[in-house]
Order: sequence, then structure tokens, then C-alpha cells
Amino acid sequence: MNERVKRLRELSLATRPSISSERAELLTDFYVENDGKYSVPVMRALAYKHLCENKRIYIGDDELIVGERGPRPLITPTFPELTCHSLEDLDILDSREKTSYGVEVGTKEAYEAKVIPYWRGRSTRDRVFELLPQEWLDAYEAGLFTEFMEQRAPGHTVADGKIYRKGLSDFKAEIAAHIAALDFGADADAFRKREQLKAMDIAADAAIIFADRHAELARQMAGETDDPQRKSELLRIAANCERVPAQAPRDFWEALQAYWFYHLGVITELNGWDSFSPGHLDHHLGPFFEQELSAGSLDREGAKELLECFWVKFNNHPAPPKVGVTAAESGTYTDFANINIGGVTVDGADAVNEVSYLLLEVVDEMHILQPSNNIQLSHKNPDRFVEAAARVIRQGYGFPSVFNSDTVVEELLRQGKSLEDAREGGTSGCVEAGAFGKEAYILTGYFNLVKILEITLNQGRDPRTGKQLGPDTGDPTEFDSFDDLFEAWVAQVNHFVDIKHRGNQIFEQIYATTMPAPFLSIITDDCIKNGKDYNAGGARYNTSYFQGVGIGTLTDSLAAIKQQVFEKKALGMEELLLALKENFDEREPLRQTLINKSPKYGNDDDTADDIMVACFETFFEAVEGRPNTRGGEYHIDMLPTTCHIYFGSVTGATPDGRHSSMPLSEGISPVQGADRNGPTAVMRSVGKMDHVKTGGTLLNMKFTPQLLESDDDLRKLGHLIRGHFKMGSHHVQFNVTTAEHLREAQENPEQYRHLIVRVAGYSDYFCDLSRELQDEIISRTAHETI
Amino acid sequence: MASGVIYNIQRYSTHDGPGIRTTVFMKGCPLACWWCHNPEGRDIKPDHSIAASRCIGCGECEEACPEGAALLTPDGPIVDLDHCIHCGACAEVCPTEARSLIGREISVDELMLEVGKDRIFYEESGGGVTFSGGEPLMQLEFLLAALEACRESCYHTVVDTSGSASMDTLERVAAEADLLLFDLKHMDDAVHRRYVGASNVQILENLSQLAKMGQDVWVRLPLIPGVNDDEQNIDATATFLASLEKQYPLHLLPYHRVGSDKYRRLGKPYPMAGLEPPSEEQTAVIAEHMRSYGIEVRIGG
Repeated sequence: MNERVKRLRELSLATRPSISSERAELLTDFYVENDGKYSVPVMRALAYKHLCENKRIYIGDDELIVGERGPRPLITPTFPELTCHSLEDLDILDSREKTSYGVEVGTKEAYEAKVIPYWRGRSTRDRVFELLPQEWLDAYEAGLFTEFMEQRAPGHTVADGKIYRKGLSDFKAEIAAHIAALDFGADADAFRKREQLKAMDIAADAAIIFADRHAELARQMAGETDDPQRKSELLRIAANCERVPAQAPRDFWEALQAYWFYHLGVITELNGWDSFSPGHLDHHLGPFFEQELSAGSLDREGAKELLECFWVKFNNHPAPPKVGVTAAESGTYTDFANINIGGVTVDGADAVNEVSYLLLEVVDEMHILQPSNNIQLSHKNPDRFVEAAARVIRQGYGFPSVFNSDTVVEELLRQGKSLEDAREGGTSGCVEAGAFGKEAYILTGYFNLVKILEITLNQGRDPRTGKQLGPDTGDPTEFDSFDDLFEAWVAQVNHFVDIKHRGNQIFEQIYATTMPAPFLSIITDDCIKNGKDYNAGGARYNTSYFQGVGIGTLTDSLAAIKQQVFEKKALGMEELLLALKENFDEREPLRQTLINKSPKYGNDDDTADDIMVACFETFFEAVEGRPNTRGGEYHIDMLPTTCHIYFGSVTGATPDGRHSSMPLSEGISPVQGADRNGPTAVMRSVGKMDHVKTGGTLLNMKFTPQLLESDDDLRKLGHLIRGHFKMGSHHVQFNVTTAEHLREAQENPEQYRHLIVRVAGYSDYFCDLSRELQDEIISRTAHETI
Repeated sequence: MASGVIYNIQRYSTHDGPGIRTTVFMKGCPLACWWCHNPEGRDIKPDHSIAASRCIGCGECEEACPEGAALLTPDGPIVDLDHCIHCGACAEVCPTEARSLIGREISVDELMLEVGKDRIFYEESGGGVTFSGGEPLMQLEFLLAALEACRESCYHTVVDTSGSASMDTLERVAAEADLLLFDLKHMDDAVHRRYVGASNVQILENLSQLAKMGQDVWVRLPLIPGVNDDEQNIDATATFLASLEKQYPLHLLPYHRVGSDKYRRLGKPYPMAGLEPPSEEQTAVIAEHMRSYGIEVRIGG
């Protein structure tokens, strides 16, 4: 990384994230003046235009790619039309220990005087809770599920390649043609379509104005600088901003700047989940890179510098902070923009190109929180690519995560996408599969599979509050067989899926009718053609997801009951229920038996894994194919982000020996410490799930650095990943154990029982070693990891 | 049906031969190396092991032991080895696995089910199954049957041996296995006898013979400071390897003391107490020196 990038990176890392009321104030002014004058979509588009015309413009000293959502880097705006922060919320954000946000001068005053008085009672969040049934509110309160859209807009959206072939003026021409073709006599929806298309046209103008203002500022700054190099850079920036996004980009630099303006457009008009993502950046940039390389107008280092300047822009945009329980669910600055590297082309060929390798080098050099990045690994991709990725993984930043490109395509095909659209798809957010540029794939909330077992064991009652939340599915002490228990759990799952589904339909319609996203609609096929908004079903594909959480804890709990209560009959159901109720107080031997002597998911043991499969299939059947209100269907994902911690905090002790309030297992990973047979056994267990039936699963693995020491080890990591994917699995990501983890393992051995120390011909559990040897390994680990 | 006694099946072994492997640790060994890091592999009979830090003092073991040999003291769980009959009753009831019985009998069929689980990974990586120990040659019929079964399933096989067996035994195994890992400990017979408990004469002869036959072998030398890392022994080892009819790669395995903990758990004294592992620099110097003999030297498995 060169000096310029170092400075930009340092600024991004050293600046404390903060929030500003700039957007909220501009928006409020506009609404106060114009409310009631226009149709909903046109009103939204004009409000967005008002922001583009009036927000502060920033161009940093070293920047080559320009544009910020806030007034300066690391300042995030708020979206009071969705969630209106209270003064208390602002105080908490400023003072909380983790992921705190500074509050810009004047923000609280503006909120008190202007923002809160207008939006309180009008924001989506304030309105929607009034519209939801009591059963939904009760289950939500109990932690059975979360709701994604209670304070952020539907998102999970990714750009495809068209923004590199067309400019907004081309999209405007398409919009105009569709307006002209509307037949008000024959089409009952013509008026609604025209308003929607008009809104898109206004939003396109707004983004062009925003870019032009940057061009103007860059020219002005060029006139003021004495540094001839910076002057020429600023003039080039000005020229770029005059060109894109109005016209299609012509070279590498313009292409990056073009994407960045689209990115800002999407994340400024609304606050969609998972920000916005460039998708297959290497596929899109490859042709520009090759063309400039042969023309001699750009070399590899130049391209890398531009990419690294681009990288910093993502890190400059922390997630807009949430309020209430959602803040506890996902306490992170990451906004989940994700960049795909590798995979296959639309024709199904190996898509790895030189830019793929450049991007991996950028990830390695930058190692900053954002953007997230991943490789899409197809069996068609070369081993050189896997090894290049493994080299970065070894550094232990947790990046890139690794996806099975072939399975992702299969998942999308199963959902009915065309072959070409599936191949241009990939994954975004955490692990979610989607047809990039053509699909609104909306995650609706996490679903607590373990809490449902707790409720089943209590005849539909939540023991935490005593409230009857589900049907009475029978007294477990009277169940004759494990099947009786399992059937009761299935009934409860369906009950809570019903409740959440009904609530989801309300959320979806709130957004469809009151919070359209005209700018995003421009670049999502086929919103223009359909004259319909992204949030209302305008996209070619409209999918909704439930995300299942805790399958590891659930499986181990059921496996323990099956074995100890029904098969060995070593433990009475009554005794177990009492032990759970009392959080295993004074029953440590029983708890240890449940932990150590029962089958555990993640060990390639069919007794446990068969139960996992049955649970997975139950959840799948309960959700799959339900209609949403946008003309699409529901599917499942298996991922938690950090919700397994929140869900754990509302779930009592479980039959796998987990104490009350402790985190649930995350993603489809085994329970922390339960996998004792190494990584291949975990992958085999995980591979028994039919990943193709999902839109994404998440597997986290932890490696000790000793396993990744030599080049040969890296090659073996590549083979391990290829083997994992041969079994049809969707994803894996690797963390490298640090000295800090090992110290934690010394203190909490129970959660680190799986940690194996390996030397040639020798292996042992870390936690069983003497303190002295543990210390020796810790100091060695500290020395080896960066 | 052949069956054998093993004490561990370790998947994702990456240092016991090419590719991703499953290593089967077989019980029983004719040698008694002072630095042995798998002391539970020595005796073919089961071993009683205690991980004291796991013990919660519930006392279930005392109740379950038919011989009164499993005892709970204020300093933690202990076993009276004079009376222990290795029945495993204490391990069976121990909720935390603080007590465990090491070693179990397994049939070739059962073994094949276990090692077959990672087939996909062998096929991706050019890996397979490694038989280690203990000394796998001690259970010859079981080993040969397992090697044959692996061959039928197209799994690449490695046998990790001390070479301490008759040439006839070694030849039969070499005929079935794809690769041998062959340990050398010391070139001087007197020193070898002292630290390993047996002569090296047959071991060295066996390796010469294997080289003559053209058998694939990786030679491994555990590098034990003060025992076999002196210049004289290193030179002698290199000279010997260079003189063989087939040139073999040499893997230096630097001594590590993590194995010492197993002695504590088995209630056995650790002969190498206090020995420091060789530094990376020392190991690199030795590797470089041996390379000057034209030997391909790798550090680690």
C-alpha cells in the first residue's frame, strides 16, 4: 500500500464513527413544506433530490474516489422516516461501551426542535407496531423471532453488470419510453405506474446533480491547490464526476467512481439492510483493466491504488445505528456490503481474472472491517486462486469467506431463476444467495428454533414470563417416545412460523405503499419495465426469507433427550425439566453427562446428525413456498449474524447442558466446543444438510495457526474447502485462533473442548494440557500470529 | 475377521504423509523411547488416563469401581494401578471424561467405516490412511487386512514404523502399503540401546533392504537435544542415508514436550523432564548441514 492509501486508511481507522442530523433536518424541512402535494413515490424521489441538492459535499485531500453519505467520513446520517431516535437513544449511542457513536454538535438540538416533533408517530417504526396483532407482539417480545424491517428498509441488494454498460441518461431514456407506452385506457394500473416511473426519473436526475456538485467542488479545489499532481488528480476527479453516473464509464477509474455514486444513491434514499454491494467486482472491472493495460494507460499498481482508495470508502460508512432490541442483536459498525471474487461467468466459464488476484491482494493489504469480501469458488476455478485466497485467510482477519459458487447457482435455479440470472448471482450480506441486479431478496428476521423447544417442553408456555404463547402440545412427562416430543416441537414451529408470516405481510405492505425506493428501482430489473417499485414487487424475482438460528443447540438438546430419557432411560423427563428450570443448580454431574456423554452434532455421528436433518427439514417445510405480498415466495436461510447471543439471552437452560442465557450455537456450526473430531468431521456433519434447499447457510471454523504454517498446509486448506464443497455445502469461513482465544480457553475450558493441538504424529486437547504447557503454546501462538 | 487394538483415529492429519489423511493409532510398541510423545501407545493393554482438571469430584467413579482402585483424594482423582483391572467402569460413569480408558478393539470392517468417512477429502488432496502407533507392525495380521481393505477402496496408505521388526514382516507390509514412514533414532548402537531400549542393527539393515527393493520411504528423525543432535550422529545419519541404494527424503521432527502431559495423566514418570525443545535456528542449521550430503531435508512431518 502506498503513502496515499496509508493516510486514507489511517484516517478511516482513527476517526470515531458519529451520527449527524443533516439528512434528518433536510428531510424534515422538505416534508414539512411538501407533505400532501405529490403521490408517495414522487414525494420520496423529490425528497431524495432535495438531499442530493443540499447535503454537504466532501472531497478528502488524498481521495481518488469521492462521495460520502454523511457530511464527512465516518459520519452516518439518520432515517427518521423509518426510525426516529429519541434524545435518550442519542445519549445511549454516545455513551455505550461497544460500537458507540459520537453525536455531532447540534444534532440533539435539531432532533428536539424539529425532527422528533415531526416524525414521532409518523415514522414507519412508530406506525407499524400499532398495526400488528397481539400474538405477534407477544412472540416478538419473548424472543421467538426478530423483525428486520422494524427500523431499516428492505435491502439485500446487489448490483449486476449493467451499470458499467449504461449511464443514468440511458435509464432515463428507458423510463421515458415506458411512460410514453402506458395505455391509460386499457391498463388500470397506468396511473400508479406513471407515478412510479416519474419518481425513478426524478431520482436519476438527483444522482446526476449530486455527481455534478462533486465535479464543481473538485474543479474549485484544483484551482486552489499549488500541488501540480493534486491539481491534475482533482481535474480528473471532476471529469469523472461529469461523466458518471450520467453516462456509462469508459475506464477503470470511471467504473469505480460510477459504482460508488450508485452505492451512495441506494444508501441515501433509504437505509436498506446490508447497505448495497458491487457483486462480482472482478467480472465487471476485468474488461476495463485489460483494455487499459494493453493501451498502457493503467498499470497493476495504479489499478491497485484505485481499488484501495475505493476500499476505504466502504469503511468510511459505518452502519446507521439502531435503537432498542435490534441494537443488542447486532452490535457492529459493519453494514455488510460484500464483494464477490471469482465464480463463474454468465456463460458458465471460470470467471477468475487478474482483477480477482488484485482484489485478494487488496484485502490482504487493507485488512479493514469494511467491505466484507468473499470468494465464490467453483470447481471450474483454478487451484492458484484457492491458494491465493488461503494465503489471505491464514492472516487471520476472517476474510475472505468462502462460498460454493456451484451450489449457489443450484440454489437459485431451484428457486426458479433462469440459468443466466443464477450465474450472474452470488452471495451478499452474510451468506445470502441472490440474482444480482434482478432480485429483491428480503430477509425478514431471525427465528429462534431453540426457544421453540423450550416452549414445547413447557406445553406452549414461556417459562421466563409464564405467558402461554403457543398451543398446548401435551405434557412431556407423558410422552411415550421421542417421536411424540418431536411432533410437539413441529407443531410449535408451524405455529410461530404462522405468526411471523402474518406479521411479515404487514411489514411488507407498509414499505410497498409508503416507502418506495425509486433510485434502487432504476437499477433493479425489471422495475422500469413493470412500472413497479423494488419494495412493491417490481423486481424480476421477489423472495422473502426466514433465518433459522440455533440448529446446533437444538440438535444436541434433542439428541440428549432421545438418548438419556427415551433410549437409555437413565434420566426421567420430570427430573430433566426440573434441572432445566433450576438452571442445573446443584446438578453439575447431570449437566456434565449431558455435555460429554450424549451425541453431538459436528462429529460426523449419524445419531446426532440425523436429528439435525429432521429439524432442518421441519423448518424448511414450515416456511418453504409461503406466498409473500410481492408476488414471490418464502424460503429459509440458516444464519445468525450475532443474533444467537440475543436469542441465547432469552432462552433458559437447554437439555444439551447449556446454561440459561448463554449464547446458542451460531449459523450451522456445532455448539461451541462440541465438535471433537476435527474439521473434516464438522464438514461431513454439515454436509448432511441439503444446502440447496436454502438461500444460504453459515459455517464458522477456527484453526490454530500451527495448522496453517507451511505452503503445504495452505494447499491442504484448499483441498479441505474443495472437499467441503464437493458435499454440496454453501459456505465456510475460517478464523485463526489467537493467543487471546487460547487464554480464554484456559479460563473457560468447557467451550473450548474441541481445540486440538497437533504436532506430527501427535495430537491432544488443549484444555487437557497442564497450565505450563498451555502457556508455552500461547506464547508460541502470540509470536506466530500478526 | 481380523481385529486389532487402537487408541485413536485422528482425522484431518496433515503431517503423516501426503494430502489430508486419517491416522489410525495402533496400540503396542516393542521400543521404549525416552521422548515418546504417545506413551499410551506402548502397551497393547488398555491404559487408564486421568485428566484431573476436568474432575468435579462427584465420586461416581469410586462407587462404580469393582476393585476399589478408582480413588478420589483431596488432590484429585487417582488410580491404584496395582489393583486396576482396566474394566472401564469408572470411565463409563465419569460425567466429565476426567477418567478415560485408552485403547479399544476394532474390527477391520468397523475401522473401514470410520476411515471411509473422509474419502472425499482423500480424493481431493491425494491423501489417505496412515497407520501409526505404537508400532503398527506389532499387529501384523490386522494391519495387513486393513491395508488390503484400504487398497480395495482405493485409499492411499502409509505405515509409520520404527522399523523394528523382522525383514520378512516389513516386506509383507511394504508390499501392501503405498509409502512407509521410517524412523531413525540414533546411529550408535550403544546410545540407541540406552534411549530406545533396543539395538539399531536390524532397523538399519531393514532400511538398507527397503532401499534395495526400491520401496517408497520417507525417513523421519526425531531431533532430541543432547541425545541425537550432535554433529557426530548427524553426520553418521546423513552418511548412512546417502549410502543407501535409493535416496530418501528426510523429515526432521523437532522434539516437543507437549507429550509430557500424557505421562502425568497415565501416572508414569517422564524420562525427559526438563528438556528444552531445539530452537528453530538450531533445527535449520542441522537441516542445512544434512542437505550438504545431497539429502532432501524437510522440517516437520
